Amino acid sequence: MKFAVIVFPGSNCDIDCYKAVEDTIGQKVDYVWHTATDLSDYDCILVPGGFSYGDYLRCGAIARFAPVMNEVRKAADAGKYVLGICNGFQILTEAGLLPGALLRNNGMKFRCHATELEVVSNNTAFTNQYALGESINIPIAHGEGNYYCDDATLAELKANNQIVFRYAAGANPNGSVEDIAGVSNKQGNVVGMMPHPERAVDQLLGSEDGKRMFTSILNAWREQHGAAINS
Amino acid sequence: MAQQLTAKEPTPEQIADQQIYKQMGVTDNEYELICGFLGRQPNYTEIGVFSVMWSEHCSYKNSKNVLRRFPTSGPKVLMGPGEGAGIVDIGDNQAVVFKIESHNHPSAIEPYQGAATGVGGIIRDIFSMGARPVALLNSLRFGRLQNERVRYLFEHVVSGIAGYGNCIGIPTVAGEVMFDESYEGNPLVNAMCVGLIDHDKIQRGVAKGVGNPVFYVGPATGRDGIHGATFASEELTEESEAKRPAVQVGDPFMEKLVMEACLELIDTGIVLGIQDMGAAGLTCSSAEMASKAGNGLELYLDEVPQREEGMTPYEMMLSESQERMLFVVEPKDEAQAREIFERWGIICAKVGKVTDDGRLRLFHQGEQVADMPVTALVDECPVYDKPSKEPAYYGENAKIDTAAYPEVKDLTGALKQVLASPTVASKEWVYNQYDYMVRTSTAVQPGSDAAVVTIHGTRKALAMTTDCNGRYVYLDPEVGGRIAVAEAARNIVCSGAEPLAITDNLNFGNPEKPEVFWQIEKSVDGMAEACRELDTPVIGGNVSLYNENAKGAIYPTPVVGMVGLVHDVDHITTQSFKSEGDRIILVGNTKAELGGSELQYVVHGVTEGRPPTLDLAGEKKLLDAVLGAIQKGYVASAHDLSEGGLAAALAESAISGKLGAQVNVQSDLRPDIALFSESQSRILLTAKPEQAETLNKWLAEQGVVSAEIGIVKGTELNIQVNGQPAVQAPVEQLEKVWKDAIPCLMN
Amino acid sequence: MKATVYVTIKQNVLDPQGSAVQGALHTMGFAEVGKVRVGKYLELELDTTDRSEAETRLTAMCEKLLANTVIEDYRFELEG
Repeated sequence: MKFAVIVFPGSNCDIDCYKAVEDTIGQKVDYVWHTATDLSDYDCILVPGGFSYGDYLRCGAIARFAPVMNEVRKAADAGKYVLGICNGFQILTEAGLLPGALLRNNGMKFRCHATELEVVSNNTAFTNQYALGESINIPIAHGEGNYYCDDATLAELKANNQIVFRYAAGANPNGSVEDIAGVSNKQGNVVGMMPHPERAVDQLLGSEDGKRMFTSILNAWREQHGAAINS
Repeated sequence: MAQQLTAKEPTPEQIADQQIYKQMGVTDNEYELICGFLGRQPNYTEIGVFSVMWSEHCSYKNSKNVLRRFPTSGPKVLMGPGEGAGIVDIGDNQAVVFKIESHNHPSAIEPYQGAATGVGGIIRDIFSMGARPVALLNSLRFGRLQNERVRYLFEHVVSGIAGYGNCIGIPTVAGEVMFDESYEGNPLVNAMCVGLIDHDKIQRGVAKGVGNPVFYVGPATGRDGIHGATFASEELTEESEAKRPAVQVGDPFMEKLVMEACLELIDTGIVLGIQDMGAAGLTCSSAEMASKAGNGLELYLDEVPQREEGMTPYEMMLSESQERMLFVVEPKDEAQAREIFERWGIICAKVGKVTDDGRLRLFHQGEQVADMPVTALVDECPVYDKPSKEPAYYGENAKIDTAAYPEVKDLTGALKQVLASPTVASKEWVYNQYDYMVRTSTAVQPGSDAAVVTIHGTRKALAMTTDCNGRYVYLDPEVGGRIAVAEAARNIVCSGAEPLAITDNLNFGNPEKPEVFWQIEKSVDGMAEACRELDTPVIGGNVSLYNENAKGAIYPTPVVGMVGLVHDVDHITTQSFKSEGDRIILVGNTKAELGGSELQYVVHGVTEGRPPTLDLAGEKKLLDAVLGAIQKGYVASAHDLSEGGLAAALAESAISGKLGAQVNVQSDLRPDIALFSESQSRILLTAKPEQAETLNKWLAEQGVVSAEIGIVKGTELNIQVNGQPAVQAPVEQLEKVWKDAIPCLMN
Repeated sequence: MKATVYVTIKQNVLDPQGSAVQGALHTMGFAEVGKVRVGKYLELELDTTDRSEAETRLTAMCEKLLANTVIEDYRFELEG
């Protein structure tokens, strides 16, 4: 299986995502520049955190127009796995690949600390190794992670089981709607989340609860791949 | 346009007759010397260039003779003071690069941008050496949070540090914040950066090779940060607002791109010399690069990218626009260098040439506008020995007996008061605004004695801390200076690392006051002695003087930034209590020492007397013994005793471990003194019950005093002195007091 | 009375946001774009009918809170 880590000017979790793929599942992984026009080689695309284009104007607003984003859209449409983490989540919502938007944290300040998440859906390519309702420890680091969507969208998210992670009750760090920490698209192959699973892959650094996101992806790919061969 | 502006600049005669050089901080004698070096009167650009090169910031003219007292070499030191940052070997062809720098004055005017550009500047110092920055630290001082302006400064300095560090993606892993009236109106904002480098990648800021081109990279130059006073000539007062000097604004996004491009450039191996444009921008970087190579330099100022119209040579040379670098390559490598910057979307302009005549010559619009000997600019600034005088307060303090204070009876109340003091209280409000985890190598997060950052692909890690208790230094600069170094070393050892070296930031008042100069001299003596004894040379640093307000100078605050090496990640140790039943062991002697203590400040409302004493040989023995014990695996937790003494240390270990303790201290001292004395060379250890005996035996063999004082247990902190109840409180309650203190004051 | 307040970075102060937006617009083919400045726009409802009083108060609000006059300029319009 082959991973791409997209690098925009100002991405800064690209190295961490790359290391996480190598350290957790040992699969092939490349950095792919924001100007790239072909992602057909890759099975999973990671849109990393950071401050793409300085987060100027709006987080993700400039990055969504980078040439590589057309290819990310094509990959998503083709059913490949796309994971946006933090700034990557903001970019995917700006690009319309995921519903909703990320507002300034309700406390107005950047927040960096461990958070407890509830796995709301384990029916995605990214969470199949977690138990439904499982509580996991994954850190956050963001100033604009307050997930917002209108009531109609929220109803749709619920109806389609698109809410992937919630912050634990009483521990919502940013004021997001219904404690939402991560969502998927309807098909479940595109997920965006504010917490950083790539920072939770080693007990020495505080948690390894993020590891299973990577093993989930590999697992899903192997199943899909196997199924494709068999059919 | 530019011609007109240039024409309005004072002529060499006017500069001499009206003594305009004095507004730039150049003395009559220095002006005469400059005329001698030039063989004529300097023009406006030249006197501007000299004034910044001969400022304290660039020349260290007032502190040079004192700084010479520091030990700066050692078997592991690969680069000492003089370059962008110092470098220390950590084995396996790797080295650690670090430096601390102040941005006090800019932060007092515009706290967000002042702090942000301080962070940006220190990061450039690190990557200009060829190193990959891996961690940021800071050391901050403010007045009391009851003051509205102080709250404003505190809030915006913290967001400025967060805004820059978070965006560029370098974790801010440690720091210290202290609050005292003495810093009102004069906040201290010291930022430190730590980087990693392979030995063969080490760069120097030298303009090598006559005829080689000199390149400018980074954003265009504006009229940022040109010293206000130097601009206030009568002819220019009628100019529009736009001609005024402006506050520097940091652009961390730009710096991220410049950093990545520069590191890529350095990786190619074609760079002959590279230096950042920090204070005094183009002036300082070009003159220093030429000087270090023994060469000259020509700069073609029309080629300098400009953000504003009609900039004069004076303005371009003195601008402090941020995120700019200067480098030299051979002509054949020019295209390769340009390609890298083009790919990163960064301006790269050829602005000069290395010459062999030892002169810095500037050209503008077809004319030579300045011509100065490089050695005069860099090496010939006069060095001053300022008069030094022991201040009256020092003698008077000798008479104060802090052991004679009325006894504090409510020790639980006193502990809560100390824990709620912003200096001791949890700094979570601060560090939760910093991304301290990006780069996924932060093994010990902010809040413990020192932060620990792992080195990917090895079993090694780096421990790092900043320390200085300005109250101690004020009460006795020599002892306070020693303590600053020793406490930093203790923090490093408590985290399981071997202290390597220090960088220092000397923050003082006006050195022209003999009492202030005495503080500088004495504290440097104390630090130098400690560095020698503890084997931690000074590999670089910064001096910030004239930190004064209407009420006088700040407390002398020589901040120590120390880095240590964790030989194996298994040695990493934190301050938090680990398990129920663990034995609590106090290492070191407690004496009646309340001078400069937190108890004295919050309960008795004064800072007086003598600070705690420090025996350096004893300290060294203690550090070696504790580090040995940690490396042998005898230790579960380790915490340095500092502000708030034993009581605060026990509370902090309990709070961070979410575990209580049952403690009984045997002491000849009064209970309030036994618990809150800030005697030095003390460390609180815990050990698993089955290892306690081994640990005690080891400590005794090493000749270190220790006593088993209790056991980790339950959910309450219960401290007795000689069997008599002293402190009793649920850990949760103490945690609330400790954690809520700063947020309550800020909301 | 309704007030509209515009806060912008001073002309001679570097505006990183403006530079980044300008760069992006150029990359997207909007080559005609010159200098770009990013600012803030605020709408305030004021419970007063006295225009000159409102102006004085608004100036104070801008000076004290809405703008950081070290690096920002402000201007406002009053309606009603």
